[in-house]
Amino acid sequence: MPSTAPALPLADVTVSDAALRRFLHGLPGVDAVGLEARAAALGTRSIKTTAKSYAIDLAISMIDLTTLEGADTPGKVRSLCAKGAAPDPSDRSAPAVAAICVYPDLVREAKAALRGTGIAVASVATAFPAGRAARSVKLADTREAVAAGADEVDMVIDRGAFLAGRYLQVFEEINAVKAACGDAHLKVILENGELAAYDTIRRASWLAMLAGADFIKTSTGKVAVNATPANTLLMLEAVRDFRAATGRQVGVKPAGGIRTTKDAVKYLVLVNETAGDDWLDPAWFRFGASSLLNDLLMQRQKLRTGRYSGPDYVTVD
Amino acid sequence: MKFEYAPAPESRATAPVASSYGLFIDGEFRPSAAGKAFKTISPATEEVLSEVAHAGADDVDAAVAAARRAFPRWSGLPGAERAKYLFRIARLVQERARELAVLESLDNGKPIRESRDVDIPLVAAHFFYYAGWADKLPHAGFGRDPRPLGVAGQVIPWNFPLLMLAWKIAPALATGNTVVLKPAETTPLTALRFAEICRQAALPPGVVNIVTGDGTTGAALVEHPGVDKVAFTGSTAVGRGIARAVAGTRKKLTLELGGKAANIVFDDAPVDQAVEGIVNGIFFNQGHVCCAGSRLLVQESVAEELLAALKRRMATLRVGDPLDKNTDIGAINSAAQLARIRDLADAGTAEGARRWSPPCDLPTEGYWFPPTLFTEVGQSHRIAREEIFGPVLSVLTFRTPEEAVAKANNTPYGLSAGIWTEKGSRMLWLAGQLRAGVVWSNTFNKFDPTSPFGGYQESGYGREGGRHGLGAYLDV
Repeated sequence: MPSTAPALPLADVTVSDAALRRFLHGLPGVDAVGLEARAAALGTRSIKTTAKSYAIDLAISMIDLTTLEGADTPGKVRSLCAKGAAPDPSDRSAPAVAAICVYPDLVREAKAALRGTGIAVASVATAFPAGRAARSVKLADTREAVAAGADEVDMVIDRGAFLAGRYLQVFEEINAVKAACGDAHLKVILENGELAAYDTIRRASWLAMLAGADFIKTSTGKVAVNATPANTLLMLEAVRDFRAATGRQVGVKPAGGIRTTKDAVKYLVLVNETAGDDWLDPAWFRFGASSLLNDLLMQRQKLRTGRYSGPDYVTVD
Repeated sequence: MKFEYAPAPESRATAPVASSYGLFIDGEFRPSAAGKAFKTISPATEEVLSEVAHAGADDVDAAVAAARRAFPRWSGLPGAERAKYLFRIARLVQERARELAVLESLDNGKPIRESRDVDIPLVAAHFFYYAGWADKLPHAGFGRDPRPLGVAGQVIPWNFPLLMLAWKIAPALATGNTVVLKPAETTPLTALRFAEICRQAALPPGVVNIVTGDGTTGAALVEHPGVDKVAFTGSTAVGRGIARAVAGTRKKLTLELGGKAANIVFDDAPVDQAVEGIVNGIFFNQGHVCCAGSRLLVQESVAEELLAALKRRMATLRVGDPLDKNTDIGAINSAAQLARIRDLADAGTAEGARRWSPPCDLPTEGYWFPPTLFTEVGQSHRIAREEIFGPVLSVLTFRTPEEAVAKANNTPYGLSAGIWTEKGSRMLWLAGQLRAGVVWSNTFNKFDPTSPFGGYQESGYGREGGRHGLGAYLDV
């Protein structure tokens, strides 16, 4: 059935629901205590001076600067785009963010505002954030976003189907969305908070990668539990193992709740020591965040001037 | 581009070291009667840190006499009163945690990450735990009125200097004994800092005495007729000598000796966590751990995959300055220990095992050994039989659970073991088959004051920690 699945050494595991289930349930288990202990241990790395300065600029360049509110307006999106292109008006050496992430109806606005900057426009589609709509609606949502100019599409998986064990259905849907994306990059949101168990998150990660995801993303940012160091560590293990098994590299995007420089640096340490430096690049790792950028800018100013400035020295957009 | 972590050294200023230290006897610091002293160095740099008094027989005599004098009053205090002192010590350890961690890393060579996050918190936890027992001894299961033994002579090793001190002193004091403790020759500084904490806690003079020195000092203490109880942690060879010296006397004895633990990984194990557990099992504290998981037994069907993951992980270990907060593996404690590790590792190569270490730059000064892995190891190789006490892992394979049990138990030691599997029934079955004092499952090298610790066979006898640990210091 799957027609647009990329040719992978593992293509035969997706021939039937049973084969897919056997494969996903045959993945190594996750010991929750051990996983969380490892994530916590990596969180104690001490990143100072030159390493901190490197990490801050890298983190800024990895941000998908996001606004996903019902009250979003074209004006708000335009000002966010301006901020993404030149985050620190007092210091033009601050890097630009990786992408601006908006709802599909605001893609055209963002695209126009970012013309010539090299910054990508990402759009959440597929009936974000619940994903509870007919497949035809999800695909139409995706096509509209891409037609409006989205360079990247963030889709949500059907958690209901996944938790019910209908893995092939989820696989086919991701596959179909991938086809609808055309040249746009597809980020698949697992919504870890709703998958709950670590074993399930690993299975969902592999399912998304098998179905052609360019990125796997922790969460929508709209539920109680979003990105955590532990579930991001687990997904980094998954992309690392997937590349070893298939030769194809997939990116990771934690989203939701990452607000401080300290947090962001911890995630970069996870990337560095789990997947490795091949992933320390905006092409392979992103932060989905709205308020992280200002803290990074304040820390950046502190490193440059030796003094803390304060929230009035960064912009609100 | 690479994410290089800039050095993040912990400041030495929090832990000033005096140019010389005396013996702690009867609540006072004093020079040794013979005026002898020895130097303690930083194994990471070979820099001399301080000069420490070398206790002779006269000094040991004085320390035992002081402990004897203090015994009636200390053992006569209500348990709740003794508990107050122990609680006070525990809180002082917490307050001075940073100072103690820095001092421990300086003198021992272990990474500050471990002394700060593992050793010192556990030291405080042991004093808190046994403080809680001091007024509940009649309810500990040793009869209605268990009595202390008297003067405890305690000799501890250099791998966890302050933690081993806590394992020895906390239960001894809680049960009403007084103590003469001899820290290891290469790591005396935190024990002497602990003596200051005893004074700060206003512990009555003579309750805790600390005599520094080498093996001769330890022998004088163990053989002293005024000692009622001997507790020793260290090598099996020295333990044998102590057992011989104590045989035929009325002294009670506990020995916590070497180990050659099997860490058994089944094909359904949580792979990523198993790799962490293997790393923690053998590279924690540079492998200077008597319960280290130094023999990895892997099910053959996953051996290749697991070893690839293990090697990838080992390549991320950061070896270097123990005071750098990002260091994972610090210095080998002494030149003698480094020579022993080299000798055994060379024997591994000579006997036909395949040796592997990740590329890593070792500092030019100090004592260093890279994390090392041996594959194609046979049960008859020395590296599979003898305790190396260094960052050297021997990998063996097995096909069936029965074979895993046979290989794991085929050792003169029996201190600890590890099991990695997602299958609960197999885990419980195997734990019952293994002859080891501690069996960890899906974890390794986890310590807790509530959990008894001790060995089978040449790993010694007696238990430390938990309720069982009280029994070793009570007349039961």
